[in-house]
This record gives sequence, C-alpha cells and structure tokens, in this order.
Amino acid sequence: MTAATNTKPETAEVPSAQPSGLPSLPDYHLRIQPSKGWVSLKLRELWEYRELLYFLTWRDIKVRYKQTVLGAAWAIIQPFFTMVVFSLFFGGLAKVPSDDVPYPIFSYSALVPWTFFAYGLQQSSNSLVLSANLIKKIYFPRLVIPISAVISGVVDFVLAFSVLLVMQLVYGIVPSINVLFLPFFFLLALVTSLGTGMWFSAMNVQFRDVRYTIPFVTQFWMFATPIAYPSSLIENDLLRALYGLNPMTGVVEGFRWALINTDTAPGPLIVVSSLVAVGLLVSGMYYFRRMERTFADVV
Amino acid sequence: MSDIAIRVEGLGKEYRIGAQQASYQTLRSTITDAFVAPVRRTRKLLSGQAYGAAGLDETIWALRNVSFEVRHGEVMGIIGRNGAGKSTLLKILSRITEPTEGYADVYGRVGSLLEVGTGFHPELTGRENIYLNGAILGMTREEINRKFDEIVAFAEVEKFIDTPVKHYSSGMGLRLGFAIAAHLEPEILVVDEVLAVGDIQFQRKCLNKMEDVAHQGRTVLFVSHNMAAVQALCLSCCLLDAGQLVMQGDTEQVIAAYLQNSATLMKLVPLADRTDRGGNGAMRFVGIGLYDKDGNPAAVGQTGQHLTIELEYTARETSPRAAVIGLIFSNIHGQRLFSCISRYSHAEPVALGGTGRVMCHIPRLPLVAGRYNIQLWNKIDEDVGDDISGAFSFEVVGGDFFGTGKIYTGSSGDTLFDHHWTFDAQSDR
Repeated sequence: MTAATNTKPETAEVPSAQPSGLPSLPDYHLRIQPSKGWVSLKLRELWEYRELLYFLTWRDIKVRYKQTVLGAAWAIIQPFFTMVVFSLFFGGLAKVPSDDVPYPIFSYSALVPWTFFAYGLQQSSNSLVLSANLIKKIYFPRLVIPISAVISGVVDFVLAFSVLLVMQLVYGIVPSINVLFLPFFFLLALVTSLGTGMWFSAMNVQFRDVRYTIPFVTQFWMFATPIAYPSSLIENDLLRALYGLNPMTGVVEGFRWALINTDTAPGPLIVVSSLVAVGLLVSGMYYFRRMERTFADVV
Repeated sequence: MSDIAIRVEGLGKEYRIGAQQASYQTLRSTITDAFVAPVRRTRKLLSGQAYGAAGLDETIWALRNVSFEVRHGEVMGIIGRNGAGKSTLLKILSRITEPTEGYADVYGRVGSLLEVGTGFHPELTGRENIYLNGAILGMTREEINRKFDEIVAFAEVEKFIDTPVKHYSSGMGLRLGFAIAAHLEPEILVVDEVLAVGDIQFQRKCLNKMEDVAHQGRTVLFVSHNMAAVQALCLSCCLLDAGQLVMQGDTEQVIAAYLQNSATLMKLVPLADRTDRGGNGAMRFVGIGLYDKDGNPAAVGQTGQHLTIELEYTARETSPRAAVIGLIFSNIHGQRLFSCISRYSHAEPVALGGTGRVMCHIPRLPLVAGRYNIQLWNKIDEDVGDDISGAFSFEVVGGDFFGTGKIYTGSSGDTLFDHHWTFDAQSDR
C-alpha cells in the first residue's frame, strides 16, 4: 500500500492521508473466487474478528432482558422452577432415585448446565436467520454469529450457578477436590452447544423447518439426558458408556460428580461424551463453512 | 507490488430464479431434489457444463464476464440502471456473496458500506450502537474510542447519545449510521447508494465527506444513481447493463453514454402487454417513446424544448378507419393539466389502419421540472378503441421556456404559457 501510493505524486504530498485504521499490510492480497468442495475453517480470521464476537455477545446480553419486569431473574427462575416441579413429581410422587442426594439439588445441579446448553442451542439455531440483515450487507466470518449466541448464555449460567452454590450451603454439601474438574465439564457443555448450534443454524438458513424442530428436539433431548433421574439406573457398564453418546449425559453426570459428590466418576462414559462433543463441533464447523457461501443469497 | 488495487477477471454471478419468492426450501423438496439432482448433474456434465445447465435450472446471470482494474487511490464510479448488476458486483467484492465464475484480486483491506446503520439495535443507546456498528464494520474498539466524539458531532446527535436508538427519528438514525461509516478507514472502500440519506443539508455534508475520503488517496468504488455525485467524486467510471460491463473510462464520457444508452432503451416502452386498459380493441397502442427535435431518443423532456411523443399502434382492420388520437397530461397528483387531441389540433380528418406510428410534436414543452403521466386513448369510428390511463410517466427537467435565457425555477403551477409584459412607469419629473 505504502509503496503504491507513494508513486502517485498527489498522495505522496499528503502523508496524513495514509489509511490509518487498519494495520498497513503492504502485501495484503485476497483472491475472491468460487469456492469448491470442503473449505478451510479459517480459524485465524475468526480470531481477528474476536472484537466483533465480543460486541455481538455483549449486545445479546445487554438486550436480552430489556423491557422485562423481572430482568435477569429469568435466568434463575427457569431452571429453579423446573427443579421445583421435578422435585414434586419425580422426586416426591414417583420416588425416582437420586444417587442418595436430596432430589432438589440432584436435579438442579443437572438443570444448570442443561439450561445453558438448551438456551445456547435454541439461540444459535435461530441466530443466522435473525441476523439476515447483517449477513446480506456486510462481510465477517459468519461463525461469529452462532458462537456469540452460545456465549451470551454464560451470564445466565453464572446466575443460575450461584443459586446452586446457595443450595449447596443449605443442604450442607461440600464439594470434594473433584470440583477442580468442573471447568472441563462446563467446556464440554459449551462445545456440545456450539457443535449442535452450528449444525442447526446452518440448516435453518436452508430449511426453516429446523426452527419448528428445535423445541421438540430440546424436549426430547432433555428426557434422554439423566436430569430427572440418575444414569446409575443403567447398571451394565458398557451400556452406560454408550449412554455417553449423548454428550449431555457426560456433562450432567460430571457436574454432579464434581459438585455434589455422586458416585458417577468420569470413566468410559465421559470419554465417549467428549469424543462425540468434539466430533459434533468439528463436523458442525465444516458443515457451517460449506453452507456459508450461500447464506447471503438464501437467508 | 503493482499499483493495482482491484483486478476483476471474468466475474459472474448466477442466481436461481424464483429464489426470491421462496428463498428457503422445505425439507421435503430438498429430499426429492436429492434424488433428482444427481441425474441432473450427470446431464449437466454430458451437455457441456454451465452453459448447458442454465436451461435445466431456471437461472439468471446477475453479472457475467465482467473484467476491469482499479488502481490504488483511484475513485471509480459504477453506474447503470436498476438490475444492471451494480449491487451484485459490490456484494462480491465485499465478500458477502461468492461469485459463480471468474475471480477478483483485491490488494488491501476492503471496507464496504452497502447500507447505513447495519446492525443497529433499537434497544441500545446511540453510544452503544456506535461501538456495535463500528465493530460490525470492522473497526477496533480503540479506533472507535478515538473517533467517538467526531462521529457524534458529525451525526449531530450529541443530546441523544444516551437515548435508545428506537426513540430516534429516522433521520437521526440515518445520520448516525452514516457518521460511523464515514469514519471507517480501510484501504479500499466500497460504497453503494448511501448518499441519498436524510435531508438536503445532510446529503451535502455526506457528499463533502465522501470527497474528503476520495482525496485522501483511498481507493473507492462508488455506486450511485446521482450523476452529479458521481461526476463530483469519480475520475473514471464503469457502466454496467444487464450484468455486462458495457463501458469503462472517463466519467464524463461514460455518463454521457449512460444517458444516451438509457434513452435508447427508452426508445419504445412496450404497451402491448398492458391489461389496465379500456376500449373495444379496434386499435391498440403497443409502444410509446420520447424524442427530441432532431429525432434522437430522449430520456427526459425539457421545459421549453421540443418534445415528440411517438406512439406505435396496431389496428384490427387493415383498411383505414376514421381515428382520433388523444393524449392527456397530468401531474403526479393525478390532476389533469392539458391534452393533445388530434380532432382539434389537426385540421384534416385522420384515417388509420394496420400498424403504424403516430407522432405528436410539442414545439415548446410547457411543463415545469417534475414528473408527469400521460393517458392515451383513441377512437375508431367514434368508438373508444383503447384507453390506458397511466400509460406512461416521464421526467421533465428545467429549461428556458420564454426564450429569455432564464431557466424557470418557479414552483407555482405545473404549466407555462406565452405571455409578455409592458411596463409604464409613472414618475414625477
């Protein structure tokens, strides 16, 4: 850039005229052409746009509870009252076993990561369609959109999680050293949410059917995850590991193990869950990138 | 590195027709497609690639075989009629959509401005939206911090900076949007029709800002329908028509060609397919066009200048029948201004048959600058053969009606007529 403009006398006289906003990259070159087949993930570019990711996440958080009376309390109300209902019906009436832990905290400790996951899934799935105006008018790595939608749920997670801590105090359950693994399980929930979110969001651009499928999928998935009941109902070790094919099983059992000392130590199940989650994420990203080229035309 | 900023080579973009009505598909149709597509694709390959494939899927080339170069520091205008492919070209260059064929080499960071206020969130305040929109346009937080005051001052929204944007007037929103975009500093700036924003005063300000940008040595691609703006900003221009690059070169010449070109295209506006017409069909108007006094197609009329309105017709009978042709001029409010009716202004009786043309010559167009509609009708043997009330609408630009060398700029009334003055000054000596 510098070399080129300096050859032109009229611009050479005005040194301040150098575009100063972006770092001067004399050899910055980009070829715009039709992409064929599977394309690279361009993670480096994604990193360059981290500020946009930050601002979009910030916007989602900021706007979420505008014009609501209860505001951020919603982040707590949803999992908390689900817990109350579960405790009444599953814990109280149906006498579902809860790994020798009081049922309310048993179900709530699972509902906290689950709510984070479900929210992320729902938000990210609709995110691209809701951002149609951005996609049609400006270029940026499209992956930023579903990622920010998932990450914006972290605030809700923290709020709901703080209630979990209060409940731990009330029930007098002190976490063991296992609590150190908690971030890993959180990460697992995040990765699962991102992975499924990418699949669904990219599909939603093409097929609006997805939008109507999400509530159903979420509900189904919730009952396929040991939230209202313990996975220890399955006694066969091999079957239990297979249960980990649902990565949220690993997340939920991990949370319980780390926080309320259930006997669901991470074993083969968590390995299976992690592999599936990473698989979802990587495949989701590739699928997303492949579909990305048509987003602006189709959305 | 060469001094080329953008090199476009054989660029093309194909859209599927109907994509606009049903932009997304249902799962079912796609599943059906999944079984049909491989067969279709095989046929495509056998029939010789993309050209043959166009007939299978209903597609349209919004852009085809476009090649040009833009040098660093050059400000290039892109002009053309609606649907000529200008926006598609900008969308490809700003990487919003991918080309179908060809490529573009871009040397430098591209900032694109296809719309002002993209991504504004109504619930957020002006301040918050500046950061959000800035980030969307590719500014860093530090950069926005630095320019924040300047942006606010430019948009003239100091008082409302902490008010949610949903309470802004539309003008304020647009001003803020433009102000942010105007402070973007990429090496290559791609701008679509965004100057037509806000009131006249602000438009002037926007244009000045664009001139600043243009004179800073940045490379700018500028799409506009505002020829005055293009002329003011751009040294060179590209003319697109129907997805093809028709001409590239000096702005003056390209604009002249464009105006000529659009006049040629306007030579005959077809009327044959109009269904909003009355009459028994004994004679139908099939086309209408405007010409100047030398018989060249005219895109617009000019106050006080010669205007010929040409009508093409098809009569049911080939043998000549008694005919009356009428044109009624009205303003955009639907108010009738005057009419030209052959029965009164043409001395001899008229007999028409078969197909042919009728020319109505107005030696000194008595309309002031503005937009007008023409209603067309005819009578064959005293029965109405055709009657199209909104047949044609055309633009009149200001001119000298009275031969005084003065362009009429008054705004009282739509029509002018001949008159003169005498002045008899009484003065005490």
